[in-house]
Amino acid sequence: MKRIKVFGPGCKRCETTAQMVRDAATKLGIEAEVEKVTDPREIAMAGVMSTPGISIGGKLVHAGGLPDAAKLEAWLQQG
Amino acid sequence: MTAETQHMYPRERPDWLWHLGVGLFAVIWWLVYRQLIPVSEWITSLFPVDRHSHTGEAIAFFFYDVPKVMLLLLLIVFAMGVVRSYFSAEKTRAALSGRAEGLGNVMAAGLGVLTPFCSCSAVPLFIGFVSAGVPLGVTFSFLIAAPMVNEVALVLLFGLVGWKVAVTYFAFGLAVAIVAGWVIGRLHLEGWLQDWVQTLQAGNAVAMEDDRMRFPDRYRAGIQAVRDIFARIWLWIIAGIGIGALIHGYVPADFMARVMGADAWWSVPAAVIMGIPMYTNAAGVIPIVEALLGKGAAVGTVLAFMMSVIALSLPEMIILRQVLTLRLIAVFVGVVGLGILAVGFLFNAIF
Repeated sequence: MKRIKVFGPGCKRCETTAQMVRDAATKLGIEAEVEKVTDPREIAMAGVMSTPGISIGGKLVHAGGLPDAAKLEAWLQQG
Repeated sequence: MTAETQHMYPRERPDWLWHLGVGLFAVIWWLVYRQLIPVSEWITSLFPVDRHSHTGEAIAFFFYDVPKVMLLLLLIVFAMGVVRSYFSAEKTRAALSGRAEGLGNVMAAGLGVLTPFCSCSAVPLFIGFVSAGVPLGVTFSFLIAAPMVNEVALVLLFGLVGWKVAVTYFAFGLAVAIVAGWVIGRLHLEGWLQDWVQTLQAGNAVAMEDDRMRFPDRYRAGIQAVRDIFARIWLWIIAGIGIGALIHGYVPADFMARVMGADAWWSVPAAVIMGIPMYTNAAGVIPIVEALLGKGAAVGTVLAFMMSVIALSLPEMIILRQVLTLRLIAVFVGVVGLGILAVGFLFNAIF
């Protein structure tokens, strides 16, 4: 079970990112719990300055813009 | 399923193919751009109206300006997307952290133009900057320049109004960001941040895997930027140019000279105040700006209006309310508003 956080105040791109993460996890058959973090305080504490950001198992892997689909799969498989 | 996934993640093409593709695109772009006037005249001639009637003027204006602006945007947004792939909020923060005011403000305004920025991440960015030791005034210079001096505004000004106004907008936009940020820094208002921001130690930007981007990745970033921006603004552009076309065709020349002309000194502050509650992006406002200018409105007044609409927007203030006290927001609006006012008066005096 992977704990994944998607950081973002709730703009459209953040929604898309969360969905991309879910889709990628399903596709790879990885069990994942995707949590959306919208509180600016928490976002900042995680070290994210440009949203959407993604952390997997507490490790920040991406910040700013939509993630690259191929890279996203690689992160999911590593983390 | 397998075929579909392969389609979604194409195998990496060699770099030279990308360079070739981009070069080819540039050539085709240039050829199409040169055909704009004949094509727009041809389309207008298809309408059963006199070319020199009000309606004819409005139609010609619309069918020339929409494709022209779209083409210019396509090129510049792509180029800026590629350039921005060399910058990131993290690198900018590292460059500005601990920087003295003055030079710091100048750098922040410049980096504000180049760093990828979305107003939806203004708050985490603000906290990230301030807690990493970027002075408050320097942070403000960044936050003022980033939305105000952007390539969409500059392209639209260049395409619809002319390069002189575009260059002056660029220069004065940066100047307002630098000076307003510097003034806010001099006022030492760190105590006016929300309490929790002052005590918060933002997490260090975790060293992410240093992905050295290859050129195709940068081109892809450019294509992504084009998609993002066009999805957001295409409707605004068409609506804006549509309204501009109506003003162009139907409002009597010099009508605006009385209301927004250089002689009416009160028109500049009025334009700034009117601009605050209005919230639209550069794409929606600039075609109207062009039409107003054509009818005798003074350049300074119109630019002040535009800067106010873009830089001082209510939604952004509501977002920033999470980190700033009302007093600090009031100072921010006051200082930036005065800067814009000065630009407006200065312009009206020069042109």
